[in-house]
Amino acid sequence: MEHITTDICIIGAGPVGLFAVFEAGLLKMRCHLIDVLPQVGGQLSEIYPHKPIYDIPGYPDVTAQQLVDNLMLQIAPFHPTFSLGERVENLQRNEDGSYNIITNDGTVVHCQVVVIAGGLGCFEPRKPEIDRLTDFEGKGVAYMVKNPEHFRDKKVVLAGGGDSALDWAVFLSNVAERVTLVHRGDTFRGAPDSAEKVFDLAREGKIDLILKSNVVALTGDDRLREITLLDRDQQVSHIEADHLIPLFGLSPKLGPIADWGLNIDRSAIAVNTVDYSTNIERIYAIGDINTYLGKLKLILCGFHESALMAQSAFKYVFPEQKLSFKYTTVYGVSAF
Amino acid sequence: MINLTIIDRDGGSRSVEIPEGINLSLMEVLKASEYDILATCGGMALCATCHVQVIEGPEEYFTATDTELDVLDTLPYAPPASRLACQIRITEDMDGMVFKLVGEE
Repeated sequence: MEHITTDICIIGAGPVGLFAVFEAGLLKMRCHLIDVLPQVGGQLSEIYPHKPIYDIPGYPDVTAQQLVDNLMLQIAPFHPTFSLGERVENLQRNEDGSYNIITNDGTVVHCQVVVIAGGLGCFEPRKPEIDRLTDFEGKGVAYMVKNPEHFRDKKVVLAGGGDSALDWAVFLSNVAERVTLVHRGDTFRGAPDSAEKVFDLAREGKIDLILKSNVVALTGDDRLREITLLDRDQQVSHIEADHLIPLFGLSPKLGPIADWGLNIDRSAIAVNTVDYSTNIERIYAIGDINTYLGKLKLILCGFHESALMAQSAFKYVFPEQKLSFKYTTVYGVSAF
Repeated sequence: MINLTIIDRDGGSRSVEIPEGINLSLMEVLKASEYDILATCGGMALCATCHVQVIEGPEEYFTATDTELDVLDTLPYAPPASRLACQIRITEDMDGMVFKLVGEE
């Protein structure tokens, strides 16, 4: 179990969370960021890394990933630390007002201020409607391939028609005893190369390709044993399986943050626009995850919110000090 | 005015009136009408969180474009006549159309 002590714990490493590190850093506050995704960048890196963005001041256009890369360069002098691939689970308030944030991996972050910059929430695997799917999570059902060796010499069923499903079907065909790819359509719109490879492997008998079908039910005892399929003609069939990996992309969910007693309005956190504080002292919400009268879900609005949040958070991190506002053009960027 | 009927996820339906000549997508109209529609990617046909099904309307609206099919194909469930609302521009010939929300809340 990892214990981290910092000034501000930022939940969400998207563009707004990253820029909050810069604004906090200017005021000598240290930051630790937690994100459920394995890389920084949030929606920008996960959903549209190659798309151009046109409304970032000073950039006539910049791709989403370039913006994330530049933000990482901009905050490097402040040496932020990261827990990536971890989901925030619990929040504990200490007697002195500070907080402990605990992740699903058991990482504990002790901080004076919590900043929620979670965008639309955690990106969680999109779960299809399959009877008893959740009963077998961890007992044969997984939504990602963390370690391919886990599937060696096993009967693996992949479900999905996107790039992930195609890529893992090809990769696991050399690892698993048997790979079956189930897709509700009869064509694949992933990378043409990958689709061609899958069809080739199917012709060679190295992958079982089941098209125009859906996985509808799972059966087993202490772990997954069999999968029920339904095809377009409503014919039912069964296949033996040790593992099912549904790969249907990611969907944003607010997650455990919804249970922290924050004022929530239509899946967003209500804030005071003076400083983007929430109804709970020392907890702020910035970027797409907050809501207020006139809210615009723009990256540049999130940047503005970061600056005001940092000015307000200063009083909790340095209660003995008086904050004096300084322009970076006058004082530069003074790192720790 | 252009009148659309939107069937919500719970089966209830209501009408949405849209002034003619506005340059909006169906996704933008649904958001403005306070439907719970995520539209995570902001209208770039990348996330499928504005997934709708065409129930009634001119034939050409029942077929998704290639851009939409790229995304719809990655979903666990996409009924016939599935479309991404962000890729449907509001035009006068849509008067009387019926859509059903399919995407996640």
